[in-house]
This record gives sequence, C-alpha cells and structure tokens, in this order.
Amino acid sequence: MSSACAAVCRRCRWLLSPKSSTHLYNVQVQHSMKVDKSARVGNGFSSRGNHTATLTGLSWKRQTSYHHDFTTKYLTTEAKESTDDLSRTDATENKPALMPAVDAFTLGKSQMSPDDLDADDECSALEEISEEEAFGISVPPSIPPASTSLQQYVDKSETLTKLVQLGVSLWKLERRPNVGSMLLRLDFNRDVAPRLLFLKEIGVEDSRLGYIISHNPFILSENLENLQARVNYLKSRKFSSETVASMVSRAPYLLNFSVKRLDNRLGFYQQQLKLSSANTRNIVARLPRLLCGSLEPVKENLKVCEIELGFKENEIQHIVVAVPKVLTANKKKLTQIFDFLHNTMKVPHYLITKFPQVLNTKFLRLKERHLFLEYLGKAQYDPNLPGYVSLDRLVSLPDETFCGELASATPEDFYLFQKTL
Amino acid sequence: MGSPAVRMFHRLEGLFCVYKPAGVHWKLVRDTIETNLLKGVNATPARPLPHEVRFLPSPNKDHEVAGGLALRAASVPVLSKHPLVTGPEFQHIKVGVGHRLDVSSSGVLVLAVGNGNRTMRDLYRTRTTRDYSLQCEFGMATQDFTDTGRVVERTTYVLLPSESGSLYRYSSVDMSSQEAYELAAKGLLGPDGKSVPILTGLRCVHFQPPNFTLEVQCLNETQKYLRKVVHEMGLELRSTAVCKGVRRTRDGPFTLQHALTRHHWTAADVAQAMQQHRWKKRSKGRCGTVTDKAVAQTPGETLAASQEDEANRETTIAELQCS
Repeated sequence: MSSACAAVCRRCRWLLSPKSSTHLYNVQVQHSMKVDKSARVGNGFSSRGNHTATLTGLSWKRQTSYHHDFTTKYLTTEAKESTDDLSRTDATENKPALMPAVDAFTLGKSQMSPDDLDADDECSALEEISEEEAFGISVPPSIPPASTSLQQYVDKSETLTKLVQLGVSLWKLERRPNVGSMLLRLDFNRDVAPRLLFLKEIGVEDSRLGYIISHNPFILSENLENLQARVNYLKSRKFSSETVASMVSRAPYLLNFSVKRLDNRLGFYQQQLKLSSANTRNIVARLPRLLCGSLEPVKENLKVCEIELGFKENEIQHIVVAVPKVLTANKKKLTQIFDFLHNTMKVPHYLITKFPQVLNTKFLRLKERHLFLEYLGKAQYDPNLPGYVSLDRLVSLPDETFCGELASATPEDFYLFQKTL
Repeated sequence: MGSPAVRMFHRLEGLFCVYKPAGVHWKLVRDTIETNLLKGVNATPARPLPHEVRFLPSPNKDHEVAGGLALRAASVPVLSKHPLVTGPEFQHIKVGVGHRLDVSSSGVLVLAVGNGNRTMRDLYRTRTTRDYSLQCEFGMATQDFTDTGRVVERTTYVLLPSESGSLYRYSSVDMSSQEAYELAAKGLLGPDGKSVPILTGLRCVHFQPPNFTLEVQCLNETQKYLRKVVHEMGLELRSTAVCKGVRRTRDGPFTLQHALTRHHWTAADVAQAMQQHRWKKRSKGRCGTVTDKAVAQTPGETLAASQEDEANRETTIAELQCS
C-alpha cells in the first residue's frame, strides 16, 4: 500500500515541477480523506468519479480504510498540516470532487495496487518498511544535479524543449564550456522569447533562428537594449533592414559585438582599402564575417597580396570588391594558387585581377584542369590568341561541363588522366 | 536489425583504395574519407522518435478555481532521443590507412573501414609487393632527392647518350642477374614484418634524356628510399639525378584501375568499390588460382637486392651497375 502510494506520489512529483508537486500531494491527501469520510457516513455521497460504481461496498470500505490508515499515518508526520486538511475536508464535504481528472487517476492506481497487495498479505517484507523509509529510499532525483550532457534535461526543461523544436543542435552546444548550464538557467518566457521576437522583428527568417542559436547561444543572454543599439547603428550606416537581417542570419556573432567595435571594423575596411562607403557596405553585406573576426589575418592577407603577389593597390581593391573572401582566405593557399597561376600557367597579373574568382578556388581543381588541358594542348589563357580559355570558366564550371565544353573529352577520360598525375 | 544508419555502415565495411593526389597529406585524405562516409551514413533517415505518455496540465480553467492543477494524459515524443540532442548516430568511423604515401607522392592508397582493418592487417602480413613508377631527371642533385629540394650539385648529362647503353644494360642487368641475387638472398630469411627496404624488380620503361621513368617493385619501402635509389643511380652513372614524382601503381591486389579519384570519395562510391573488391576476391577464391599469398611475392620474378643496412645496399647497387 505504502509503496504504491509512494510510487504514485513519486510519479506526480516527477511529472510536475518541484514547486507544484507538494501542492498536488496535499490535494490528493485531502481527497482520500474525504472519500473515506463519506463512505463511513454512508450518506449516499456520489462523487463524480466513476470508480465507486464498479466496486462492491465491502472492498470499497476496506480500501478506503487503507487510505485512511495511510493518510493519518502520513499526516502525523506533518501534524499541523493534517489538522488543517481535516478541517478543510469537513467544510467541503458535500462539494463535488475537487479534482476529477487527477484523482480518477491516482485513486484508480491506488485501488488497483491494494488488490495486488492483499493477495500477498502474508509477505511481511512489505509490511516492515515504514512509510518514511519508503519515501526516503525509493525517490530518485528526477534530474541529475550534474551531467556531461543535456540529454537528461531536455524533457523537463521548457527552454530546452522549445530550443529543440526551433532546430537548435544541442549536441553541438553541450560540448562548449559553460553553454549547457547557461541554457538551463534561462527561462523561456523571460529570457529566450523576447530575443527570438527581437530577431524576428529585425527580419530574420524563422528557419534561421535555429542556426543562429546553434552557433551563438550567447545571443540569448545579451541585453536587449544592446542588441537594439547595434541594429540601430548598422541602420545608421545605411544598411537596409533586409541587409541587416541577412547579415545577422549569416554571421550569428555580429550582434554580440559592441557598437564601438563594429564601427572600428567598418572604418578599418574603408580606410585600409580606400573604398567608397557604398563599396564597403557591399563587401560587408556579402561577407558579414569580416566584422566579427580579428583584423590581423586580414592585414596579413593584404600585405601578402601587395608584397608577395605583387598586385597594385587598385588591383587589390578590385579583387576585394569582387571576391571579399580573399581577405579571410588562408594566405598559404593564396600564395600556392597564385604561384601556380603565375609561374606554371603563365597568367599575367591583369588577367588574375580580371577573374579574381580563381583565387577562391581549390588548388587541386585548378591544377588538375590545367594539366589536363595542357595534355590535350588546349591550355591557352591569352585572350588575344585563338582557342582562348577564360580563367573564370576554367575553375567555375562543373566537371561534366568542363570536360564537354573546354576539353572536348568525356569525364571518364578526365578521371583516368587524374590517375596518371 | 539495426537502424538504417547501421545497415548502411555494414555495407561500407571492408577494404578499398583511393588515388591520393600529390601534394596532399595522407592524413587529410583519410579524414576527408571519414567525413564523407559519416555524411553518407548519417544522411540515412533517422528512426522515428519514441513516444511516452505524460501528464500535462490541462488548459481547462474550471478546475483551477479549486486551487489544484488538472492533468491530462498525452502522448508526446521523447525529446532526449531527438537527433538534435543526441547528435548524429555515427560520430566516428574507424578508417585505417595501408602503406603510407608521403606528401609529394601520389598513387594508390589502401583504406580500410570498420572491420576491414583486420583484413588489412592480414593482407600486409602476407608481404605484398608494391609497384611504383618513378619520374626522374638527370642533371642535378638536391638535398631531399626531389626536384623541388635545395640543389646541391648540377651536372651535365651530355655524355649520357653515348652511355645510354649502360642504362639499358642497367635495366637488363636486373633481369640477367636475377639468379645471382636469388642465390645471394637464399641465405637470408624473408622479411618478417619490418625490415630494410627490398627492391624486387627495377625496370626502365621510358628513357629520353634528361627525363626517364623507372618502374619498381619493392617491399617495405618508403618513398624517400625510392628517391634515394634514383639519386644513387645517378651517381653511379657519373651524373646526378632527381626524382620528380613517385607514383604508386599497385599495392598488393589493389591496382590503379580500382582506385577512386577524389571526385568519387563519397559513401555511395565507396560502397560500390567495396562490393567490387569483395566480389573479385570471392570469384578468385572460388577459382583457387590467386590468393593473397601468391600475389605477395613470387620468387620466380623477384630479384635484386635484399640488404641488411645502408652500406650493404649501396654495394648491391654497385654490383647491379658492375654486372
């Protein structure tokens, strides 16, 4: 009996948040007291629960007395509360049942189990465990106090549940230090919802919310006023609201940087590259990552382009405006590609400036295609001579089109050729 | 049966070979393959989420008047099993690499997935030989024996055409001195596991000074060793030579024909290659003609050097030259 009740209680506690569980428990006790009373008085009390109808009077009585025993025993531990309950149940005796839904379940459960217990009544082991012990032992903490994974918390935490429904990759976030506990401490309605609404307001699409939070969970703990200030700053720099939205959804960390820092970055690109403000806006809008990262690698890349690769200032400007990714590319890769283009393929600087996309391609792709064309005798990159192959087409066409249009060969030939390199 | 991902993974287990491009580290090749396989395996449809019955507070207002909470039973998905929470089903795949190729060499690289690693260990225990084709050039000697290394010495090879007979002789010497070397090798045990590199065959397939191409069969070699062989050969010919490219054309039973180029490093293509390899092995096993052992080292064809140490090896090269 006691264990059954304990199970019920545990179940209730498990289902509800800790705050409301104690309350629910009291309600249950109240009800069982009331049923007991009404049965004893036998005043034809017809509670709304249908369970009374199915039971014979005798068993009902016996079970309710069990209830009575149990509840009184339990209530002795909390004497004050029990007296309150008793007085209250007396007062509300003739009212309809308080909690039909819950009580139908809990009573149903507790009425089922005594039947089972009656069968092995002789089993003294069940009798010897006192209720207090049973309560003490058999209630495992529903939520582990510490864990390496968010898995155990997902079903219980409203915030995490909602985040999963948004499409946030919690398995990635939980690997980052302190992020898991930060997420658990957030309250959905108080912390998360306003920021999501804010993001929606500035025009971020719903499908991108999951991506943004997966990459930058700290936006959920950022001050709303700060976020608004940064968006206002970007708008004051004449970024249109659609641009701001697309920038935020592609560079999730953008709004976590202070206005001063953003201003610093924008100023740097404008001055260093001597670009017009429209062009600066253009490259930043296309590669918002530029505003988030460190400036050192960018400076290095510019120096590499200028000194090592020997581009002129206006050429660098042109390249950067066409392909802003050159600024964040790996400088080793840049030199490797340039070395191959300039020294092996003998492409002059002005042609590279004309087709800056080649600096953004994969080295192996460029090398294999060039060697294939050279093998076929079609590697001719001078626009003034017949059989001109533009660099743009060389690197940007997919394999099939490249083989068909530029090399006039089948992809199979190309793959076979690759095996001879 | 496991989930679709597990079934997909089982289809991928086994041995296959890829064509490693020059200039890429073998680790990068391996990691790329692993990433691609993971992508393929995890792209299979996920299992449906299990449901559990939970008691949610009912939105009905009537009962809250009484100060209690109304619950109603509802079947909801268990979110702790959601792929966004647990992460993809496979996060690592064991991909083993056969005999390595260093950065500047290209060619057949054997890879093993899952329990194919065991098969691969057995395969290499059978002392399989490997074929290489070396592109070489006369005229300079460099520090690391490749054409990109720091030049130590430049020599002329103008005299060579008159001496080109010696090179042909050199390649034919290999053949004619086969028996002598077999005799020499008789006293030695076969290389057990690790040993010094052993050349079992050497052939000049293309000669057009200053460029020439060698074809080598060897055991327990490294690519650096092969370049050194070229270097020493150049010295023996009273000139210098560097190795412009090392390309492996066969590793045990795996040949160029089956190697996957880097456009085909996807799960589907790998599964197909595995299937082919398995099928080939089975048909061979049924015929009972070629087993791994037979592929490994056929003494009739082998010749040349088995050496104890560097000095010993150099003398054999000299012997090769002399004879």
